[in-house]
Amino acid sequence: MQITSRDGESIIAEIDGVSREASLMMLGEEVQVGDYVLIHAGFAISRLDEEEALETLALMRECLELSQSPT
Amino acid sequence: MNGAFLEEFRNRELVQGLAKQIVRLAEGRETPLTFMEVCGTHTMSIYQYGIRSLLPDGVRLISGPGCPVCVTPVGYVDKAVAYARQPNTIIATFGDMLRVPGSSSSLMQERARGADIRIVYSPLDALALAGKDPEKRVIFLGVGFETTAPTIAGTILSAASRGRDNFFVLAAHKTIPIPMSILSDDPELAIDGYLCPAHVSTIIGAEAYRFLAEEHKVPCVVTGFEPADILQGVEMLVRQVVEGRSTVENQYRRFVLPEGNTKAKELLSRVFVPSDAAWRGLGVIPGSGLAIAPEFARFDAEKVLPVTVEEPREPEGCCCGEVLKGKIAPINCPLFGTACTPEQPVGACMVSSEGSCAAAYKYGQ
Repeated sequence: MQITSRDGESIIAEIDGVSREASLMMLGEEVQVGDYVLIHAGFAISRLDEEEALETLALMRECLELSQSPT
Repeated sequence: MNGAFLEEFRNRELVQGLAKQIVRLAEGRETPLTFMEVCGTHTMSIYQYGIRSLLPDGVRLISGPGCPVCVTPVGYVDKAVAYARQPNTIIATFGDMLRVPGSSSSLMQERARGADIRIVYSPLDALALAGKDPEKRVIFLGVGFETTAPTIAGTILSAASRGRDNFFVLAAHKTIPIPMSILSDDPELAIDGYLCPAHVSTIIGAEAYRFLAEEHKVPCVVTGFEPADILQGVEMLVRQVVEGRSTVENQYRRFVLPEGNTKAKELLSRVFVPSDAAWRGLGVIPGSGLAIAPEFARFDAEKVLPVTVEEPREPEGCCCGEVLKGKIAPINCPLFGTACTPEQPVGACMVSSEGSCAAAYKYGQ
């Protein structure tokens, strides 16, 4: 879910028009509005690392290319 | 492009490319490969996206004890029912506990008889209930794995800092790595690798599975739960087997760090202590649970408000225990889809949306 606002230890995050309030008690890093976070039972538990996401996608695309090669 | 990359990780072309690679890698193997997932979200996702239909015959996916409500034993439900019958008491719970059958009743039945049972989305909501109704005691049903346990820990710390004396937790939290090691040593299951859970791993970190890979020689891949994630996780597992390696790899690096979530782990170690835990199907496993630490005993329902309950009885004919160990598929239970359906569940695996039986019923095989 994407963070739409932050008030101290509390955030509002949104996905597909559904918004949820969550606590930042478990995220020590500087979390900002616009970041994507995983939310579980009212707590943000992890923040998306976009660079890692892009690397994972690149590996998947490599795999796709491999699967299309003849051998 | 959606910044969360959801569409990308559901992309059909990528999914098919990965599936083809798996077919290639597994080709020519004489014995089939069996990989287990131990995460309710994986279970649902695998059924929902028909992942099994994309895999060759030689690669089998089975579900283990990853559904938190399902692994919670009957005796726990019986205690929750006993608390629900007490006067001046509000039971606060995640929704899927409501219909889990106990030995002779369920929370749903107790609610029909007038018990005050509230469904909450977060344990913080349960604490808020206690603040709004200081004359009543609020008992939160704390079930779940390492993902949920820190949310309860955070809530107990909040309760302590606010001096709340009418909030209690009936805690039955479980930790997944030890049961994984027990199942990986079971020759009947012959597990060739683990798709390690996504959310749990954000907390405990990929390194938590190192002992499985090194001492128990079972390949481990921390895997996300979008379809391309799951297939890439399977591809990485097949590759480890083919190359004769057993190590911990992290497919879900966009959310999971090697060390996990340090703050959440601190919450866990402040509020909980390791304990033995009773698992449906697996019995009591030493060191596989989390009990509320003595410092916070005043929030521990079992310490402050002890109840006695009847000898727990498993529902007759229910194979939930065997399903949770991955020994049988839901469809092989004689009650599946006939005596046991999501509308009239006999066992917990048919109740929770994360249960294998509920997922198999909803999405078909």
